[in-house]
Amino acid sequence: MAAKTLTIDGKQISAEAGTTVLQAAREAGIRIPTLCHLEGIMDIGACRLCLVEVKGTTKLLSACTTKVFEGMEVTTTSERLQKYRRMTLELLFAERNHVCAVCVANGHCELQSLAYEQGMDHVRYDYCFPKWGMDLTHPSLGMDHNRCILCTRCVRVCWYIEGAGTKNVAGRGGRSMVISDMNEPWGDSETCTSCGKCVMSCPTGALFSKGSTAGESERDRSKLEFIVNAREKKQWTV
Amino acid sequence: MSFLDMDEFLIELAGKIEIVYSPIVDRKEYPEGVDLCLIEGAVCNEDNLEILHRIRKRTRVLVSFGDCAVTGNVPAIRNQLGAGNTTEVLQCAYIENAQDHKVLPRHEGIVPALLSRVVPVHEAVAVEYHLPGCPPPADRIRAVLEQVLSGTAPKLSGPQLKFG
Repeated sequence: MAAKTLTIDGKQISAEAGTTVLQAAREAGIRIPTLCHLEGIMDIGACRLCLVEVKGTTKLLSACTTKVFEGMEVTTTSERLQKYRRMTLELLFAERNHVCAVCVANGHCELQSLAYEQGMDHVRYDYCFPKWGMDLTHPSLGMDHNRCILCTRCVRVCWYIEGAGTKNVAGRGGRSMVISDMNEPWGDSETCTSCGKCVMSCPTGALFSKGSTAGESERDRSKLEFIVNAREKKQWTV
Repeated sequence: MSFLDMDEFLIELAGKIEIVYSPIVDRKEYPEGVDLCLIEGAVCNEDNLEILHRIRKRTRVLVSFGDCAVTGNVPAIRNQLGAGNTTEVLQCAYIENAQDHKVLPRHEGIVPALLSRVVPVHEAVAVEYHLPGCPPPADRIRAVLEQVLSGTAPKLSGPQLKFG
């Protein structure tokens, strides 16, 4: 395939035609923050964190869905981009109920780490405090809609890596939600293979394996009881 | 408590500042002309709001201290219950889950009424700086205080801004 030459942050780069700006930047060792992008699945440009400036257009373009072209001049960091990235993050925090202190993903959350990386010391917008529920009907996996940022990574891995097509998005705008099948309880899903790829892909604590929350960390003492009981009642011959 | 984790730095700090108001200082009224106030907790009730306005008026630099002050955090979870949240949480705590003496705490002028919406400090008054963390680690508090004491505007960056 033909190679295209372009500059990213002033650095001369050549990339194959069809490559995205994000891929080209990463190959050149230039980091662009992302949230909905996940290596190996198709990009949709949903989170707007990878926005870059491209000379010749005043619009900001998402690096993950914009293809490179000959003579392209890309800027990945500017005051304007930083302003929008921080704004995007603040809006994500304000839209749902992200309480880091009590989240299963605290310390391992891409939303949390991007927020501090982008210098978010507080959220300037009023928090929405919407009422969202959880789906805990699946025997081993759980979904907390309060922490979902609608990046749809889980939907894409479910469709394009596992091929199950259980996860989907219902609704519009801020009331959109990730659903299982035709909005049935996850536990009733006939298509879910319980592979857990959705949990692996989730950038926040919205999807998790059951048993990982503090409330669930009960000690299973049944085996101890069994042994003690067996000894006391002399059920074993030594 | 996290403040006390600054260990020996507290001794150095004591030589440079005068603590005029705190839960551990025996003073009933917040004084005038305070240079810096670390304000902790979300704004939950009428008393919080009243003292916050007084503090703002009498303080030069206000630092929103900890996740509850900065984001609303756990105390603000009740906002998710919507319009009737104050009645619902009181009912749950003092009636439904009480073992005995099931009565709602009510005493004019003593028990402050809950606000219908818990807000972070900066939603109620202007705040100069934010110091997140639950709790904010000692080195983070120290970093801010040292910058303030050296006369520079405190600025935290990277993981020093981590919530939670």
